[in-house]
Amino acid sequence: MAFIDYYKILGIDKSASAGDIKKAYRKLARKYHPDLNPSDKEAERKFKEINEANEVLSNPENRKKYDEHGKDWKHADQFEKAKQQQRQYQGSGQQSPFGDFGGGDYSDFFESMFGGRASSRGRTGGGVKFRGQDLNAELHLNLKEVYKTDKRTLTINGKNIRLTIPAGVKNGQVIKIKGHGGEGINGGPKGDLNITFSIKNNTKFKLDGDNLHTTVDLDLYKALLGGEITVDTFDGKVKLKIAPETQNGTKVKLKGKGFPVYKKEGMFGDLYITYQIKMPKNLTEKEKQLFTELAKLRTS
Amino acid sequence: MSQENFIPLHKICELYKVEMSFFNSLSEIGLIKIITIEKSNYIHQDKITDIEKMIRMHLDLDINIEGIDIAFNLLQKIGELENELNTVKNRLRIYEN
Repeated sequence: MAFIDYYKILGIDKSASAGDIKKAYRKLARKYHPDLNPSDKEAERKFKEINEANEVLSNPENRKKYDEHGKDWKHADQFEKAKQQQRQYQGSGQQSPFGDFGGGDYSDFFESMFGGRASSRGRTGGGVKFRGQDLNAELHLNLKEVYKTDKRTLTINGKNIRLTIPAGVKNGQVIKIKGHGGEGINGGPKGDLNITFSIKNNTKFKLDGDNLHTTVDLDLYKALLGGEITVDTFDGKVKLKIAPETQNGTKVKLKGKGFPVYKKEGMFGDLYITYQIKMPKNLTEKEKQLFTELAKLRTS
Repeated sequence: MSQENFIPLHKICELYKVEMSFFNSLSEIGLIKIITIEKSNYIHQDKITDIEKMIRMHLDLDINIEGIDIAFNLLQKIGELENELNTVKNRLRIYEN
């Protein structure tokens, strides 16, 4: 646990007036406030730092304590009396103005000096209901697991949540579950739970939107003379006719054999198959002779 | 129209200690939609998250109505760009494997 320079965090010097502190705090809060920086963890961290600095420096009593003893925070005994006073503050039901964001998440340094929530200021005192904090979670799945709609029970913060994972959900997509976030303050509604899907593709298919792409090897003779092959799709095998004289890199589309379209039951993207013609290796003398004859036929 | 799914505006004013004029200004600028049912004003419950955000911007960050409008427009753009970025990243994975 290290000493935290609250003046440095707010970008002010030790002689700053209450007005300077407020001004500096508001300026930085506008820059890093979570409402203005959604999903930005770094901004959230900075906002907590700024909030904590303001909690201390905007309260004359706390500022005095910090100025006198801040660097000697290890001598916690000196602050025991202050802590007791602080507990009385906490019991009064007063809240941080940023009840949704700053609450209860202070540095160890702050806790050691002030014992928790310190502010006795702000607009939210006395029984005003506040919506709970939105919680964020990440769910790791593989591509096969999101091919069909699935129901799962997740344990988040010790609570079981039944979740329907719609087929076709995309990597990085966020699903909001209302009322499963943090508890509200003073009986306010609960926040929401945002689940970000992290989907790993460990199949041979490449996903582009709702379409799948794959490459299929084709032997030279089937490519030249035509025939029938069996290929893998995402949900099973299908037989395909190969046209005579199929060229290397030819692409065919299998309509409706792609990935399910998110929240559109029964709708699927397409599967694109690219033929990759494999040349025969280790030719026998007889084969070489026949290919030579073929070559002569072509050049004559 | 049924009052179900709507929250009376005067209750929101009481709860968050905000003047009615604040909501009128938000409505005038097109940021919220006030629904009138039997001479009382309501807000749809799905909009409460946005409204709380606007209240926080106004009271905690001293942002005026025009500023909130700009912030919301920019946040919407950021959201759209993030979605686009996510789609592009997913497409890029096709060529990385």
